[in-house]
Amino acid sequence: MKSPVKYRIGKSSGFQVLTIILAFACVVPLIAILAYIIKAGITKINWQFFVNLPKPVGESGGGIANALVGSIIIILVASIIAIPIGILCGIFLSENKKSRLAYWSRLCVDILQGVPSIVIGIVAYFWLVKPLGGFSALSGSVALAIMMLPIVIRSTEETLKLLPNTLQEAAFALGMPFHRVILKVVVPCGISGILSGVMLSVARIAGETAPLLFTAFGNPYLSTNITKPMQSLPLLIFNYATSPYTDWQNLAWGASLVLLVWVLLLNIFTKLITRRWKVQL
Amino acid sequence: MDTSINNDLNTRSEDALRVFTSPGKATVKSAKRIKRSYRQIKTENVFRRTLTIMGLAMVILVLGIMLTLIVQSIPSIKALGISYLWGKTWDPVRNIYGAFPFLIGTLLTSFLALIISIPFSFATAIFLGEYYPKGWLPNLLKNTVELIAAVPSVIYGFWGIAVLVPIVRSFELKMGIDPVGVGIFTSSLILAVMIIPYAASLGRSMIQMVPSMLKEGAYSLGATRWEVIRSVILPYTKSGLFAGVLLSLGRALGETMAVTMVIGNTSLLPKNIFSPGNTMASVIANEFTEADRTVYLSALIELGLVLFLVTVVINMIGKRIISRFTKE
Repeated sequence: MKSPVKYRIGKSSGFQVLTIILAFACVVPLIAILAYIIKAGITKINWQFFVNLPKPVGESGGGIANALVGSIIIILVASIIAIPIGILCGIFLSENKKSRLAYWSRLCVDILQGVPSIVIGIVAYFWLVKPLGGFSALSGSVALAIMMLPIVIRSTEETLKLLPNTLQEAAFALGMPFHRVILKVVVPCGISGILSGVMLSVARIAGETAPLLFTAFGNPYLSTNITKPMQSLPLLIFNYATSPYTDWQNLAWGASLVLLVWVLLLNIFTKLITRRWKVQL
Repeated sequence: MDTSINNDLNTRSEDALRVFTSPGKATVKSAKRIKRSYRQIKTENVFRRTLTIMGLAMVILVLGIMLTLIVQSIPSIKALGISYLWGKTWDPVRNIYGAFPFLIGTLLTSFLALIISIPFSFATAIFLGEYYPKGWLPNLLKNTVELIAAVPSVIYGFWGIAVLVPIVRSFELKMGIDPVGVGIFTSSLILAVMIIPYAASLGRSMIQMVPSMLKEGAYSLGATRWEVIRSVILPYTKSGLFAGVLLSLGRALGETMAVTMVIGNTSLLPKNIFSPGNTMASVIANEFTEADRTVYLSALIELGLVLFLVTVVINMIGKRIISRFTKE
């Protein structure tokens, strides 16, 4: 009936070893991916790679300048749309904890966080691409802005919730009006948490491809007009990775390395900030 | 120092005197003050209203997404009816639309990925939550696992094409199945890697919340570490771990790019887990820009609507469980 003590202890340590092995096995794919992409991408990267446009198949020396510029423009426009709305909505949620509108609003933010990115792409297509009569970088930015919103809102709300109430009360006691209390006292105190949320959301959308497929669409030429189709790094990787030509695939490896370094640096940087300022996300 | 304060006091009292002696100036000043406070109250109201509008905007945004999807899929709902969901053939050229192969493809890839990833994510959660909650090595592991979620999915897909597909192909050769390499199994493997962090990080925080009294009680009765984990920690955190699995599932269902790149993209009903197929998200990504007929396009949007509703329900249940767990 009772198993001997030795057997039980053996089982316990056996399970511990198994847990440790499984836990560290999770890291293996990430290291494999990092190693492979660095190995495949590092030889393609040089100065020409950053300043040239992609060349047709057969010609060497193509670059990803259009995708880099496009990515930066699309992300900038998305940030301009999403950051003010996100921060204001986060303030609203942290200031009105009990109201019915805040409950529904919070629920909708939760829903928005779980919506598959491809669905947001479809919606942006019907909201902007169809009415404007063509694919445009602006519609891609709006799609990405919708994906940024829940992260910015959540981090703003959580950071402001952590601030002591006495801070606000002291400011009100001095006779400061509400908007000045929020903008001059509350937001500056929580700025590090808000900023890390913003950076996290930028890191998240920098690698998004699915919503851009039917919105920004991609463009083999350098374009800075946000009402026209525009290339972006993830789109370039997707299009060239699935192409049968080695030249294009090599370009995609270099672009993957650039994108990976960009996204991982943003993430690590965010983590360092949050640790330094002891913000919980 | 002293003199300056004195000077200041003097000028102030002079000011007060002047105000007192010349009533005209006083009214101007108080009028100014009233004007300023009136303006501040006005700005305050505008600010409050802006905040409320932003809160309302989120509700409108989500309702708008849902309405757009419903309105745009009406042509297909009208033309194809409910049997659309279990029609087995998808042939846009002959104008036949059945979503069953994609439903099966989505369910197969997601659940297979879940089954593969659960041992790893639970092991990570137990390792970080119970065995080694502090120290530099667990901290490094925790951050590395979180970085898994940060890698863009298109890079997972590209790596899958270059590395995983040849491996799966040689494995299929040994097994004696059609060595295509791409297919449901390959995409499940990629998905499994991608969803590990979701269940792991949630599980870790849940396991750390187990009251130490319960654990100590079990230890004092002579339980080994494994017995404590199995009969105290796991039962206590059961619902939280389940919520983590649900969130991973929601993520796996909606994942598009990595799956699109390695699943093979055929609209046939998959015969086994190694055969190529298509998921709902991947078929939308592949065919949306090619859809030239209203019914075709709207059939794809209906897939998006189904995807939206399913992920919303799964995420809602997961979030509900988490909030109930953390309140206790």
